[in-house]
Parts: sequence; C-alpha cells; structure tokens
Amino acid sequence: MTGSFPSPESITRAVLPNGVIVLTYETHGSPSVVMSGHLWAGSLSEPPAQAGLANLTAGSLTHGTETRTFGQINEALESVGAQLGFGSATHTVGFGGKALAEDLDLLLDILADCLRKPTFPDREVAKLRGQILTDLERRAHDTRRMARLTFNELLYPDHPYGYSVNGYPETVQGLDRQDLVRYYADHYSPQGLVISVVGAVPAQTVVDKVAAALGDWEAPAAQPNRSIPPAVELDAQRRRIVAVEGKTQADVIVGWPALARNDPDFMKAYLANTVLGVFGMMGRLGDNIREEQGLAYYVYSRLEAGLGVGPWLAVAGVNPANVERAIDGILHEARRLRDELVPGEELADSQAYLTGSMPLRLETNEGISATLVEIERHGLGLDYLQRYEGLVRSVTAQDIREVSLAYLDPEVYVLAVAGPPVQESR
Amino acid sequence: MAIEKHILDNGLTVLLSESHRAPVTTFWIWYRVGSRNEVPGITGIAHWAEHMLFKGSQAFPKGQIDKQIARNGGVMNGFTWMDFTTFFETLPADRIDLALRIESDRMANALFDPEEVALERTVIISERQGAENQPTFLLGEEVVAAAFRVHPYHHETIGDMCDLETISHEQLWRHYGSYYGPNNAIAAAVGDFDAPRMLERIDALFGPLMTRPGPQPIHRPEPPQRGERRVNLAGPGSTSYLQVAYHVPAASDPDFFPMAVLSTILTGASGMNLFSGSPPNRTSRLYKALVETELAASVSGGLPPTLDPYLYRIAATARSGKTPGQVEEALDTEIERVLKEPISAEELETAIKQTKAQFAYSSESVTNQGYWLGYSSVVADIGWFETFLSNLEAVTVDEVQRVASAYLEPRNRTVGHYLGQAGAAGPGLSGEEATV
Repeated sequence: MTGSFPSPESITRAVLPNGVIVLTYETHGSPSVVMSGHLWAGSLSEPPAQAGLANLTAGSLTHGTETRTFGQINEALESVGAQLGFGSATHTVGFGGKALAEDLDLLLDILADCLRKPTFPDREVAKLRGQILTDLERRAHDTRRMARLTFNELLYPDHPYGYSVNGYPETVQGLDRQDLVRYYADHYSPQGLVISVVGAVPAQTVVDKVAAALGDWEAPAAQPNRSIPPAVELDAQRRRIVAVEGKTQADVIVGWPALARNDPDFMKAYLANTVLGVFGMMGRLGDNIREEQGLAYYVYSRLEAGLGVGPWLAVAGVNPANVERAIDGILHEARRLRDELVPGEELADSQAYLTGSMPLRLETNEGISATLVEIERHGLGLDYLQRYEGLVRSVTAQDIREVSLAYLDPEVYVLAVAGPPVQESR
Repeated sequence: MAIEKHILDNGLTVLLSESHRAPVTTFWIWYRVGSRNEVPGITGIAHWAEHMLFKGSQAFPKGQIDKQIARNGGVMNGFTWMDFTTFFETLPADRIDLALRIESDRMANALFDPEEVALERTVIISERQGAENQPTFLLGEEVVAAAFRVHPYHHETIGDMCDLETISHEQLWRHYGSYYGPNNAIAAAVGDFDAPRMLERIDALFGPLMTRPGPQPIHRPEPPQRGERRVNLAGPGSTSYLQVAYHVPAASDPDFFPMAVLSTILTGASGMNLFSGSPPNRTSRLYKALVETELAASVSGGLPPTLDPYLYRIAATARSGKTPGQVEEALDTEIERVLKEPISAEELETAIKQTKAQFAYSSESVTNQGYWLGYSSVVADIGWFETFLSNLEAVTVDEVQRVASAYLEPRNRTVGHYLGQAGAAGPGLSGEEATV
C-alpha cells in the first residue's frame, strides 16, 4: 500500500531564493487543484494587550490590496467557484484555497496580491473587527469554547499558548488600521513560507508559477518569528468552573502539558492517545463514559503536539449532574493506562487503525496537501509516509505505559468546566 | 461518473459506481425512513433506532463494528434526517467486504438489547441538551415547527424531550421491524472495485434477507400557508439571530432547479462536501446587503433537496448592537428587489458555474459520491443526480423570476427572532481556581 503514497520520488520540493518553500504533488482524475501553506506571522508576536491582532491582520489580507478591492477579490474568486482564506494560529498564519485546475493562475495571483500588497482599508478593518467582536460575544455563551478557553488559560498562565488567538472584546476593540499595518510590516516575510499545491498540474509548472507569483517578494524589514515558547510545568492541580447562564449541558476538559511534535516520545504518546480516546467510538473513554455509563454524546481525547509543548486533553459534553462522574471516568482511564500494560491485541488494533487509515487521509487533494505541509512544518522528511508504518509498529505496550506515567498524572491535572451554574461544589 | 442500477429480487436497490482514483471504497445503506415517518409520542425514534444499530447484531456484538472498521483503517458513521436513515463505511479498497457483512447482518439481525436501549436514552438526551446549548438550534426548532402545522417535518429529527424520556424498547423494536428491510433500502458503493464482482457479493449477502412491511405513506401534506408566521424567542447571550423560512417545492418538482439558482444568487452556493461547510459566498446578494452593510456578522442559506416540500431557510447573526428587526428590514429590501427586477444573465451564469465547481470538489471523495447517490435516490431518483447539472444549466432568467414570485412572498414564510438578553459568563458557584 505504501508504494502509492507520496514519496521523495513523487513529491517535488523546491526552495526559491527568497526562502519560499514549494511542495507539489501531481494527482489525476479530479479537475480541481488545492493549495495550502503558512508563513511565520502568528499570534506569538503580538503583545497580550493586543491579543487578536495577528488574527485580524490575517483576516484583513483579503479585504483589499493595491490592485483589488475586497469586492473585486471576491468577484474574481467566486465567479469561477474558487476559494481563498487566511487565518492565524499561534505560530503561523495559515492559508488555503481551491479552484478548478484551469484557474490555478488566478488563485496564485490573488494569493500573491493579498500576501504582498494588502492595504488594510479602514472601513474594511472596522467591518471585520465588528464581525470578530460579535463572534467573541457568541463565544462567551458557548460552553465548548469557554471550556477550552479556560483550559488554555489555566495550563498556560502568562504564556503565548494561554491567550486566545481570536482575542478578547477588550483587546480587539482597540485594534486599528495602524496596528495592522505595523504588524504586517514587522512579521510578513517570504522567508520560510511554505506553499503546497496538489492537483492535476505538472510539478515543474507549479514551481514555475509559484516562483512567478512569490519569487521576487522581498521583505527585509520583516522578522518571521520562528521562536518556540518555553515548556510549562504543572506542580499542582488547577481547576476552574465557568458558569454559562441558560445552558442545559456542561463541557468538561481534563488535561495535562504533554510534548512537542518533534519529541522522541511523540509516536508513543500518539499511540497511547489513540487507545485512550480515539480508536473506534473514541477509544477507552468512549467505551467507559458513553457506551457503559451512557453519560455523554461526545467524549474523546486529543494530543495536540505542535512546534512547542502542547496539551494532551480529554473532552466530554455531559449533563451538569454528571460532571463529576465524567471526570472520574477520565481519570480512571488515565490511571488504567499507567497501572496496566495495554493488551497486545488492543495495541495491535490501534496500530492497524493508524497505519490502515492513511489511504483515506490521502484520498483527496486537500488531504495530501495538508499532509505535505505537516511534513514540512515538523521536518519529518519527504520519506515520512514510507517510514510511518514502521514508526507506528515500533511502539510497545511498555512504551505506552511509560508515556502515560510521564504525562497523565491522575492527581495533578488541569480541569476546566463550562456549563449551567452549579448548586454545590464538591 | 457512470452509475449502474440494479434491483435484487427482494427489492434492494443497488447503485454502483467504479472510481479508481485512489485505493479506497465507500459502501452506504440508505433506509427510506426518517423523522418524516414519526408521529407525536415517538418523535426521535428513527434517530434512536439508528444509534441502536451500533449496539450489536448477531455477527457483530456490541463494540465490534467500530473496532473492526478502525482496525481495518476505515471510517464509519450513521445519520438520520427527515427523509432517511443511513449508514456508511469507507475503507481501503481491499477491505470493503467487511462493510457489506456489517450492513447485511444489522439489516436483519440487530439485537436491540433492552439494557443498551436504556443506556442510549441518556446518550441521546445528552445529544439533545448539547444542541439546546446553541441559540441557533433553539430558534431553528421553533421556526420549522411554526412553518409546519400539519406535516411531520414539524419536529426536529432529534425528537422532543418528552418523547426521548418515554419511548420504549418495544416501540424501537417495532420501528426496526417495520422499516429495516431490503425492499425499503438502497445500497450504494463507489470506489476502487470491479462492479460485476461487487454486485455478486451484495447479492450473496443481501439477497437472502426477508422483506419487511415498509413505511406507511404519509397522508398529512402541509396546507398552503395563508399568512406570515412569527416567533420571538429571548434567551441568554448578547448575540441576536434572525431566521426566515419560505415553503418551497420538493426535490422532484421542476421548480426546484430555478429555486436552487435563486438561492445561490441570494445566499451563495451550497457546499456539497459532507464533512466541510459551505464556501464563503461573499458575492451573494444577502452577504452584500446584510454583512457588507454591517448589520449582520454572517448570513447563510439552505435549500436542502427533500422528498416532500420543505423550506428555503435564511439565517443571519446580527452584529453587536443591531437587532434582528434591522436585519430583517434589509433582507426584505433584497427580497423585494428580486421580486421586482429580473436577475441578470451574468448572475445566472455565475450561479451555475459555482455549483459546477462544488460538484467537482465533491467528486474527489468516494464517501461524498456515495452520499449523493443514496441521497438522490431517497428524495427523487438516481436520474435526479445524473441530470442535476444539465437541469441547472437549462434554468432561464424568466424561470427564476417566476419561482421568486411564487415562493418568496410574505404569506409563505415564517420569521424568527432570537433576542440575546446578555448576562455573560462568570465564575461558577464553586469558585475560581478552587483546588480539591
């Protein structure tokens, strides 16, 4: 099966003189082309008092350039059914687009226009800021989002990962055009920008077209931020319950600081997480909390290993009366991973799932493009998909126990709950 | 895409489409039963029965289906909506036989263990409570209920809470016994297989299954609406919402196609990808009239193809400081414009192009294709899917004008406002950073 996966022979990777990294992989049978990538202008560089600045800057890129208005950009894209969007994360600003293959030139032209010549018109910035403020009001009444916001704040106090990328009403309210212009000038650079194009277009053609669109972009004054924030330590339990009026369900998050994507323990923790809260109907957590106790419609766990140390967390949506039972269930399963070796068959199942599902992940142009960008982002190597199965199979039951002992402490964890006001505390 | 259609002796409709782009195959089973077939007292039963099909069948005891699919590198799920209940598995192509064995076994031999029924009751109540946390769900439920006084599209697929508390094991078992027969089902396979061999295997596994009675025809068509209906909700949150729903024809009605063009012009092209949303649609008329003018933070539209006449639904989130009434006023101006002046030939052409692009994007995934084959067969027939683009291309400016006048009139609509009454999040009674 791995014979048909993108490999060093079939992926083309080119680095332009200005530092842009182009990845491309040719597929056939679909008339569309997909583009995705990132550059190093995420929220890491914004001061906490301006949380949301990177996000508003990225969102405003499509709202007007030296050659096109917001309306003209939309007309050009949508009249041919194409799409293009930008959004900020902590480290990077990501972009994604798709079009019929015949419209790749148009897509690249607009991408380059937005990246290189945005004008941040006052009126457009105000409009987008208002939309974001409305969304932040919605967030305050959304239990899922409030639980996650609270969790991040508790796990990462005074740390770039602890602030909301979308910002807060009080920080977004004051952002204006000048702030965006400055942020753009200081951080938007072609240096290290990654762009992947997947579809029915020959590799050399893609590289030539990207070079034509972005190859002569220079931004010597800008500093792409490649720093990695420090790891965090958790020495005592931290918990916070946020009341959200008028709701019928509570969202619960239990989690720990874990590891970075390039940590040697990553694959072990990835397998452990698959057993804990992914495999089948959401792993052991699903078996315990949903299937055996009937407590929740959704319960799962995630290992968010990024460029820096990300969290490992379990999430459940439950009736307010069942919050404590859900927490107990999550901690019970964490304990079990530490106390008992995962049976051979269960480990083999999770390994088979992770390796066997790769063809599905690589079915669409979008899936391939996202995988190429991930390989580049974490320096996994163009032969990663060929090595992947071996990496997954090399994890042992003892490895899973060790990473669980290292990371899933059932006494010392972060707990965030957002839901209807509770009558009693325990 | 070439589609083969076969009907087995026991009535099972089989749709096959080979696609050799990637070594992946999807298999879907569609039952012609959904919340449309429910009466008061058992609302939500179709969806609950769907959940029970993951709780064990003779050859696949509880927990086996999801584990075996995952072990083989696949994904699977089930959905219930107004017109259907459906299940699918997508697997590496050489493993697809597992999907056929799962679906044939649970079509005939699902267990419906009473203990599992009891456990699933709380899971489904939790699913409904999760939805109730969203103001847009609460408003949508009221708007649709007001729009349908008679037809069972009146209630949400999840069901009413009182019914979720009282539906019995016996009622669920009767539902399964009535509707889960091959004569009431459609099997659809898309992907990397050989069609004759696939058909042979489907025939071997599903051919011996017994027919079942099938759904009773629905005799409660919605009478014409004689005046605008309005619902006003208030609730927590500082955000306000507007929803407007117009009665529109069923998928099989020729008017559906000009209506689809009209909805694309007003609210944008619909995404056809099952697992991702709609495109941004920033050139649609209502985006320009509501979002560009800073009345709304977002606007979207939905015209789902349905078996019986359903709704064209427009939803907008009012911007902070704006009321649903202000948004509605601007929306009305746009509706009046489309009633008075014909759309331009250019708008028509763009709408068609946008829909074609969505078709192209959706064709990359066999799972999406399987979804559309089955869906089309349930709400119309497979020809509906095959001729969708050509029917759309045949739409004229005059036809769009005609359906606008026919369906977008005030007396044919229900308007809903949700007024956020502030009261933001705060620390819970157990206090901030309380340490156990």
